[in-house]
Amino acid sequence: MVKMTYAEAAKLALAEEMRRDPLVWAIGEDLGRGGVFGQYSGLLDEFGPERISDAPISESAIMGASVGAAMAGTRPVVEMRFADFALCAVDELINQAAKARYMLGGQVKVPMVIREPMGMWRSSAAQHSQSLESWYAHIPGLVVAVPSTPADNRGLFKTAIRSDDPVVYFEHKNIWGYEGDVPEDEVLIPFGKGRLERKGDDLTIVSWSAQMHIAANAATLLQAEGISAELIDLRTLWPWDKQMVFDSVEKTGRLLITHESVSVGGFGAEIAATVSEQLFSVLKAPITRCAAPRVPISYAPPLEDKIRVSSEQIVEAARKLVEASSGEK
Amino acid sequence: MAQPPNQNIDKDWFLEHHIMMHRIRAFEETAARANQDKLVLGAIHLSIGQEAIASGICKNLMKEDFLLSTHRGHGHTLAKGADPEAMMLELLGRHGGICKGKGGSMHIADASVGMLGANGVVAANINIATGAAHAIKLKRATNISCCIFGDGAINRGPFLEGLNWSGVFNLPVLFVCESNGFASTTRTDAMTSGEGAVARARSMGLTAIEVDGNDIVAVDEISREYIANIRSGKGPHLISFNTYRLHGHTASDPASYRPAAEVNEAWKKDPIERCSELLLRLGITKEIINEHRKIALEEMERIYKTAREAPWPSDDLAFSDVQDSGDPRQGAF
Repeated sequence: MVKMTYAEAAKLALAEEMRRDPLVWAIGEDLGRGGVFGQYSGLLDEFGPERISDAPISESAIMGASVGAAMAGTRPVVEMRFADFALCAVDELINQAAKARYMLGGQVKVPMVIREPMGMWRSSAAQHSQSLESWYAHIPGLVVAVPSTPADNRGLFKTAIRSDDPVVYFEHKNIWGYEGDVPEDEVLIPFGKGRLERKGDDLTIVSWSAQMHIAANAATLLQAEGISAELIDLRTLWPWDKQMVFDSVEKTGRLLITHESVSVGGFGAEIAATVSEQLFSVLKAPITRCAAPRVPISYAPPLEDKIRVSSEQIVEAARKLVEASSGEK
Repeated sequence: MAQPPNQNIDKDWFLEHHIMMHRIRAFEETAARANQDKLVLGAIHLSIGQEAIASGICKNLMKEDFLLSTHRGHGHTLAKGADPEAMMLELLGRHGGICKGKGGSMHIADASVGMLGANGVVAANINIATGAAHAIKLKRATNISCCIFGDGAINRGPFLEGLNWSGVFNLPVLFVCESNGFASTTRTDAMTSGEGAVARARSMGLTAIEVDGNDIVAVDEISREYIANIRSGKGPHLISFNTYRLHGHTASDPASYRPAAEVNEAWKKDPIERCSELLLRLGITKEIINEHRKIALEEMERIYKTAREAPWPSDDLAFSDVQDSGDPRQGAF
């Protein structure tokens, strides 16, 4: 194992894939100077400006040209800078990248990775803080990846680059510097396989991306209270690891889903609906969601904090879930 | 495709153009009839009157060159070398359709001849064609990319973003604006500020020119010249062809928003008639010239018969070609 940050792990994955396959290239604003978060730093020296390519501030063209470049046989890694800015290229992603293979009857594929740094960090307000992963999970044709750890960011990114599907790849801005163990050997993490972050018996918590770390902290706090939480990091939302969630809920009988994005219409709702359709008989209590209220993200810290889901809130919700149904089997 | 013509007008070359233009016209007329017969399932947009551009451009492209087209793309697709029977099957949504019945008229494509798709979104093909050219450059390949769009597309953002991009990266791409006077059912000039496609392209450093798109000789000549330039590394070029959409926006649009006299006048500039006159002047007999239309109509009639007798695609196809990851049937009843 090697210690590295979430950002370094992604950079390593990209460099490894670029060495392996000369048709892999990255395109986006400010990549030449390392990207706005430094996640490309040093790559220009090794791969040159054609493969670590600066782009005009033209999100529509960055995405659209990458669709064409993917159809024409290369594997672009598309940097959107902020998930929020990718909204300038919705047609190119949703109507073109996601649909081309199907509409053309399988004549073309669109192998591209769309990197969308997501989520809240401090005081960036509503156009630089959003988590929109649920939107993309709704679109047939797309893969949605939401890694939370350095090891996963290396392994999933490599799989994404080798995938023939367009992959919307959400990296959370608040954990670029998060350090963790990464295997020395190359590991490709398949899509649709969750990671069991923590074993437990009393309830199942499902989360992803940076929120997974908040949920992990909540699970530690719950343990101190004698509540044993099993924590699943989904890692990808499409496809998602239904089996891992089902297996866990069959054991615990209780499910809490937590994500940073808005609760209404969020991916937690899909998980809750699926589990209640399939496992209604084993549930000891209604499924609970801990996610953001349906308001834009604020600038002032106290206002911003009103819509963050904290570990304490997860603990409280979990406690209620367990207490309300204790004694039931 | 074929070799470039001689310095002087090459009869055989323009005979081939004449044949192709008639095949496009006959395909479109047959599609219009299929639409009246209520066998075309969605909207179709006819290119009647614009055949010289499709033939003139595509005859000067190689099979390996990429082509991206618009919702009005039957002619371009046919001229690039696609099989008209598979195209007609697609329009009717039948088994054997060129896109397996999943795209219809507005997504007609034949990747085996470099035709990477018509597009249902105006101007969306501009960035895609630019990106295909970007891939060509990265791969150090010698083919080029060509993007055909209408005059309505120049008011969408991708026109600015794609053309700027093509110049910044000096890409092998030919932009072709079919300026047929209408953006959907509104006159384009009423909705366009400034001098239009050529001025806008030049302002971004592209080589650009305005040409009579109903004159097959002029279309052929400029296409050959610009395509040679692009192939030799001289970067992106744009041609704006002046033409006229002789039918409505869709095959079901009577186009009553324009005076009959204007349309009658436009028919006098029919590019196929002008090509026929050229061939007569070159000594081709009237019999041969007339034969081209007859043969084209017979071909498309045969195709239409095959298409309307073909079965629907199998149900399974609804779930294929979605993506490699995940079960597309999840959520299906």
